[in-house]
Amino acid sequence: MAFPDTVRRSYQTDIEAIRSAGLFKEERFIHSPQSASIEVEFPVGSPPRTCINICANNYLGLSSHPEVIAAAHSGLDARGYGMSSVRFICGTQDIHRELEKRLTGFLGTEDTLLFPSCMDANAGFFEACLNDQDVMIADRLVHASIVDGMRLCKAMQDTFKHSDMGHLEEKLQEHQDKRMRMVITDGVFSMDGDTAKLDAIVALAEKYNAMVFLDDSHATGFIGKTGRGTHEHCGVFGKIDVITTTLGKALGGASGGCVSGRRELVEMCRQRARPYLFSNSVAPVIVAGALKVLDLIGTSTERRDKLEWNARYWRARLKEAGFDVKEGDTPIVPVMLYDAKLAQDFARDLFDEGVYAVGFFFPVVPKGQARIRTQLSAAHEKHHLDTAFEAFKKVGEKHHILGLGRKELMALCVA
Amino acid sequence: MNEIGKAVRDYIIREYVPEGDDREITETTPLISSGLVDSFSMVSLLRFLEKKYAIHIPDADATPEAFDTITRIVELVQRFQKAEVGSI
Repeated sequence: MAFPDTVRRSYQTDIEAIRSAGLFKEERFIHSPQSASIEVEFPVGSPPRTCINICANNYLGLSSHPEVIAAAHSGLDARGYGMSSVRFICGTQDIHRELEKRLTGFLGTEDTLLFPSCMDANAGFFEACLNDQDVMIADRLVHASIVDGMRLCKAMQDTFKHSDMGHLEEKLQEHQDKRMRMVITDGVFSMDGDTAKLDAIVALAEKYNAMVFLDDSHATGFIGKTGRGTHEHCGVFGKIDVITTTLGKALGGASGGCVSGRRELVEMCRQRARPYLFSNSVAPVIVAGALKVLDLIGTSTERRDKLEWNARYWRARLKEAGFDVKEGDTPIVPVMLYDAKLAQDFARDLFDEGVYAVGFFFPVVPKGQARIRTQLSAAHEKHHLDTAFEAFKKVGEKHHILGLGRKELMALCVA
Repeated sequence: MNEIGKAVRDYIIREYVPEGDDREITETTPLISSGLVDSFSMVSLLRFLEKKYAIHIPDADATPEAFDTITRIVELVQRFQKAEVGSI
């Protein structure tokens, strides 16, 4: 053991620097299951209070659905608590393979491999499938886990301006000398809530002989007419070479992710992706719950339809009240405030009004782009949204920001 | 602004400034610390400099600080141009 005072002080200085930069993150303790309405202890030691939750990835409201919970209980009884193994030693049960087959059918791909999380799927995929003769061309706003995965891979890295198809085409032309090209994008971008121009991306990929990689974590289960994802929404279902996605958001929200796509790419991950090879199997209880989620969303679009209505209603009310809301048609509705301090104050005031939302600022979003990211759920009833809206309006009036556009809001920050 | 500075500015505008964004890029405009160029997308700027000026900038020198303004980028390029000449 060697943790002398000098080492401790060094870390304390780093932590203090994070705090003084206003970037210190604190957890809030929730005393209830995940839902539209939750019991939150904040600050630490306070009695829990009921809040409307408008910042969860619980898009379909299935995190605490009774049928999912019952299926998880059955899975626990039938297949146990843990596997105590990675997949390829003695960690693969029949239900793991069953879930992979079901996801393959749902996503319209050739094969699927489960990972402990989508973070792990993204971290492991590129190194397993590409080498130094190849190039990865990513949208600049892809998720951090993709950035990490690309950094672990020896293929050349390049980026294109967010959703700028002209710029992507230039990059594809520039890299025609590479063995393989892979265009990398999120389906729905988590911070802005906009959707990738996946039809145009697929067309360019076909024109320039490139593969398409799609992280559809913020889309699987609810984007598209039957909730298959961004590829269904954009009319390119069955044309995506690799989809990574998560069980940790709309599909029950527990944990787990997958790589789903061309048979050979999935097999390369099974053979080489380090997070798959060196991390435990997804727990049987989660697999059993996820299978039930696929049953539920495979037989009815009711939940994604309700989510779509909620998102449209919420967005319209905020805009009518004069908030600066990012354009889009997904359940991610960012309320732009631009200033980091204002975003933090706004979130704190919302909490005082019984609404749980979080301010996002640099480095999670670009500097000067601070916001409150609101996320809708099929678990929200209209009365939840109306109550939350009144709180937003009250806090907006308090900070004198209603009716102000981008430039005025930014000027307000400087002042 | 010298020729290198102008070429770097043109590249930055083309490569990083979003469509419809009319911000002015001068020799001292912060690029990295302002968030216009991030460490993820900085790689293409590095590749542009190496290709255009036939130099090699080692990772240790391709720091966010060295890339933060056009002035510093020009200094970096000139330093490695001299190094290339010196190595012949």
